[in-house]
Amino acid sequence: MSILIDENTKVIVQGFTGDKATFHANEMIQYGTNVVGGVTPGKGGMKHLDRPVFDTVRQAVEATGAEASLAFVPPPFAADALMEAAEAGLKLVCIITDGIPTQDMMRVKRYLLRYPRETRTMIVGPNCAGIISAGRAMLGIMPGHIYKRGNVGIVSRSGTLGYEAAAQMTALGIGVSTSVGIGGDPINGSSFLDHMALFEQDPDTHAVVMIGEIGGPQEAEAAQWVKENMSKPVVGYVAGLTAPKGRRMGHAGAIISAEGDTAGEKAEIMKSYGLFVAPSASELGSTVAQAIATL
Amino acid sequence: MDIHEYQAKELLAQHGVPIPRGKVVYTPAEAAQAATELGSELWAVKAQIHAGGRGKAGGVRLCKTPHEVSKVAEALLGTTLVTHQTGPEGKIVERLYIEVAEPFEREIYLGFVLDRKTQRIRIIASAQGGMEIEDIVKTHPEAVLQVEVEPAVGLQAFQARELAFGLGGLTLKQVHQFVSLTLGCYRAFRDLDASMAEINPLVVTREGRLVALDGKMSFDDNALFRHPELHEMHDPAQEDPREAQAHLHGLNYVGLSGDIGCIINGAGLAMATMDTIKYAGGEPANFLDVGGGASPERVAEAFRLVLSDPNVKAILVNIFAGINRCDWVAEGVVQAARDLKVPLVVRLAGTNVEAGQKIIQESGLPIISADTLAEAAERAVAAAHGKNA
Repeated sequence: MSILIDENTKVIVQGFTGDKATFHANEMIQYGTNVVGGVTPGKGGMKHLDRPVFDTVRQAVEATGAEASLAFVPPPFAADALMEAAEAGLKLVCIITDGIPTQDMMRVKRYLLRYPRETRTMIVGPNCAGIISAGRAMLGIMPGHIYKRGNVGIVSRSGTLGYEAAAQMTALGIGVSTSVGIGGDPINGSSFLDHMALFEQDPDTHAVVMIGEIGGPQEAEAAQWVKENMSKPVVGYVAGLTAPKGRRMGHAGAIISAEGDTAGEKAEIMKSYGLFVAPSASELGSTVAQAIATL
Repeated sequence: MDIHEYQAKELLAQHGVPIPRGKVVYTPAEAAQAATELGSELWAVKAQIHAGGRGKAGGVRLCKTPHEVSKVAEALLGTTLVTHQTGPEGKIVERLYIEVAEPFEREIYLGFVLDRKTQRIRIIASAQGGMEIEDIVKTHPEAVLQVEVEPAVGLQAFQARELAFGLGGLTLKQVHQFVSLTLGCYRAFRDLDASMAEINPLVVTREGRLVALDGKMSFDDNALFRHPELHEMHDPAQEDPREAQAHLHGLNYVGLSGDIGCIINGAGLAMATMDTIKYAGGEPANFLDVGGGASPERVAEAFRLVLSDPNVKAILVNIFAGINRCDWVAEGVVQAARDLKVPLVVRLAGTNVEAGQKIIQESGLPIISADTLAEAAERAVAAAHGKNA
């Protein structure tokens, strides 16, 4: 098992025929992902990577039964693409795009409230590396070969720091059930907490690593939820101890602007809620090993 | 992106927010002329920098004659103003705003932010204007009024009325003025993709009018593509020159005070690597994210930026290649490292790592390799301290 995706999940790619989308769709197919087609408005009826291209997401869903999409759409059109996917009934959309206006995401999140919770689309990203269920399927741009199949879930804001965690775990013989990148933007489609709840329910996930950053209240919220609801051990880490206040550290969301925003404060909150906190990014793997040893 | 006070006020005025009459000037002569043209008995001469706390730092002065305005302008222009928000390096004063100063009786705080927790625009008002909102929240938490805007319909008049009546002591006419300017400010915030807007203070003049005495706006960098008019307000003189240079090349750079230069892909990994350097007993000199497409040109530019900081005693390159390929990055590193005068530690991982390491080894350059993040940080710290790890 895994969360969000597996080898059976029917996937389409939004913005299918673009260069980057083509490259990564191909990588996803090589990894074993069940890519059933794609969408590029105006190119409906074509074949691309041996798969059908549609003009609209709705047509793609009707023809292929797609459940999930990977969106590779430029920032000005991203909000539109996300709402189109939600309206077409996709269960999951993973959006890689970096640079989407924050107020666009605000409106997308509001739009999703039109749908009842049970049928509401889960958005992962934007500005993320995607989702990988190790050895099964990949909906993203990560180097698939660094993930070993196993029983630890990863949820991370940062793409490359998620890779770092997986590589350290692989080196210690620890595998991954699913790794989710929630992205570095101030407003994410889904939060640490959303994925923590899914990992709690997944029988094949035995422990979870949560990798946060400076800025925003999400890490603290998730840590509190873990304390109150989670039966599985959780390892936490927050990047940015050395980050100065008020400066944007690459990610639009990585800025210390309010109380509780710093890495030190978030790590303390995680500790107070009983998480295993990695003292440094170089000890992510070893802290996971310690957490697993308690099982 | 930040803009100057006079620019923020111009934008707010376009959206129906009343502001005092004023002119932006660049020389003492222009300052005196502006004062004469504005015609008043009292003027405020305000240093235009991208930071708050100007008043306390001497960047806002009241003058009684155009001659005094020009004297003050002469004293301020070209200086570096250090406020509690600028950092010790301060910000250069190149523009002044000359404004008609009107006596006022009351100061109100009005602020707009994008609240990450509720994912909505939040409006904050307080009768304790003139103080910074952080201080108001600490000293008068009961005096902080807030409303949240439903994105589907936008700010409603009743919400602004609730704030106005909550502030207390406003006449009905002033309540109407408050509602109208709050709705205007909200439209400016929404339509221009602002990330922050603040009117502090919003004053009630002796004549009973509400006027925005100060104005501050910041904008979402990601939305600038659809606001060319804001692009023109960009003032590079207010930015750290290295950060501005980095921006031109699609790099993210933030200067810090340590001695280990960092070149890393991904913002999260960059922050984590800096933290690991600190954990290993060193101090990072900078944050630098080379991003997803680390071409040799970009890597070369990253080296130039890092080396423009004279404090750098060693460089750490840490690349975990996903979209990037290690061999591609390694070629850039080898080219950039040929004339390097400080020790260089390189850690490569991910896509095509073997090919990348081979290029580094075969270059014949004295590059210190590391396999893991911990090793890389320890070796960089040792190298900066002049030791072999």
